[in-house]
Amino acid sequence: MAEESVKLLGYWASPFALRVHWALKLKGILYEYIEEELPNKSTLLLRYNPVHKKIPVLVHNNKPLAESLLIIEYIDEVWKQNPLLPEDPYERAKARFWVKFFDEKCASEIMAAFSSKGKEQEKAAIARENLKTLESALQGKPFFGGETIGFLDIAVGWIGIWARIVEEIVDVNLIDAETMPLLTDWSKKFLEVPIIKAFIPPWDKLLEHNKGFHKILTVAST
Amino acid sequence: MEEVKLHGFWPSPFSHRVIWALKLKGVEYEYIEEDFPNKSELLLKYNPVHKKIPVLVHGGKPIAESLVILEYIEETWPHNPLLPTDAYHKAIARFWIQFGQGKDYFRSFFQESGEEQEKAAKEILEMLKILEEQGLGDKKFFGGDAINLVDIAHGWLPLWFETIQEAVGVKLMEPTTFPRLHAWMLNFVQVDVIKQNLPDRQKLFAHMKNLRDKFVAPTIV
Repeated sequence: MAEESVKLLGYWASPFALRVHWALKLKGILYEYIEEELPNKSTLLLRYNPVHKKIPVLVHNNKPLAESLLIIEYIDEVWKQNPLLPEDPYERAKARFWVKFFDEKCASEIMAAFSSKGKEQEKAAIARENLKTLESALQGKPFFGGETIGFLDIAVGWIGIWARIVEEIVDVNLIDAETMPLLTDWSKKFLEVPIIKAFIPPWDKLLEHNKGFHKILTVAST
Repeated sequence: MEEVKLHGFWPSPFSHRVIWALKLKGVEYEYIEEDFPNKSELLLKYNPVHKKIPVLVHGGKPIAESLVILEYIEETWPHNPLLPTDAYHKAIARFWIQFGQGKDYFRSFFQESGEEQEKAAKEILEMLKILEEQGLGDKKFFGGDAINLVDIAHGWLPLWFETIQEAVGVKLMEPTTFPRLHAWMLNFVQVDVIKQNLPDRQKLFAHMKNLRDKFVAPTIV
């Protein structure tokens, strides 16, 4: 078997890089992590992702791939141990449906609450509504993947951290324990899973970083 | 063989993606035309989250979101593959399927005017340049010698995007500025399955023009 080389170009504060760390670790894959010193982008990054010039980028045996979700699907296909996506095509379709819903209707609304000065409460209300819809995908199970975590959990799990960051900086309510008890529970349980917990960026550092980010975003929107 | 049904809407490029994939796989299905803006009870039952078409129903189980449906079709009927079988090339194909999808600038270009529309037009041009140079390159189709899911995903550019440009009165895709994409569009609509499954151009233009007029109509405040 030829020597396998796996590298991940990422950024400590990126939830998208986090998704890929989680996937690689769950599979027990050994990889080299390269931290990009954003906003300065390395020549390596620009070479590996000329289209979007963004992290994360997975480089497997010198072949680069960008876009976190398709990277995870790739990882799942190449390394068969501990499958992340369900085997059944219908269940896979449901998982992909919910990731899309989450990205377009939850994450984007949370981002909107974070970045649009004056419309925070309005956007947060929409985000809450959509998070409530997302909760239904749990179908009463502890994780989206069922009894153990799977693709959908690692795709959306970062929201447990970032929603709290946004709640604190912008003073909104997002993951509401009263109206979405199951989602709240899931979020807590997910972030306690040892492999998941090991990669969560330090809270204070992440909060400071996002406070700075918030200033930039809200100045731009006035 | 379990029953396959497709809920669609004749002017929708999204339901056409599914039709093309099913036809290319030779899958028999029943097509149900939704009578927008009236949404059938079945549609609301099958897609309670978005209440939109297309919805594929296989053996009574519904799947929504055209790109999700395409992957489902590919996995359920693996003959005549519409994605590379090699994991890396499949991932690259997925990258290009997703590229430029669901972007606000297309909505803006269609619905807005003036500065907002100009900004959207600029973003579309940038996106198309990358699609042409890095996605398509020198290939006849995104899939190589034959069309695949990447071609299907961008298959709205001929006809749909063309009629939108006409309805808006702004031509963005000139053959001289996008020679390869232009050749691709001509080749794409000549593929039998595509050719036989396109909406009527006049009818589509009228539909787009009607929508466009509504968007730009001055509203009485």
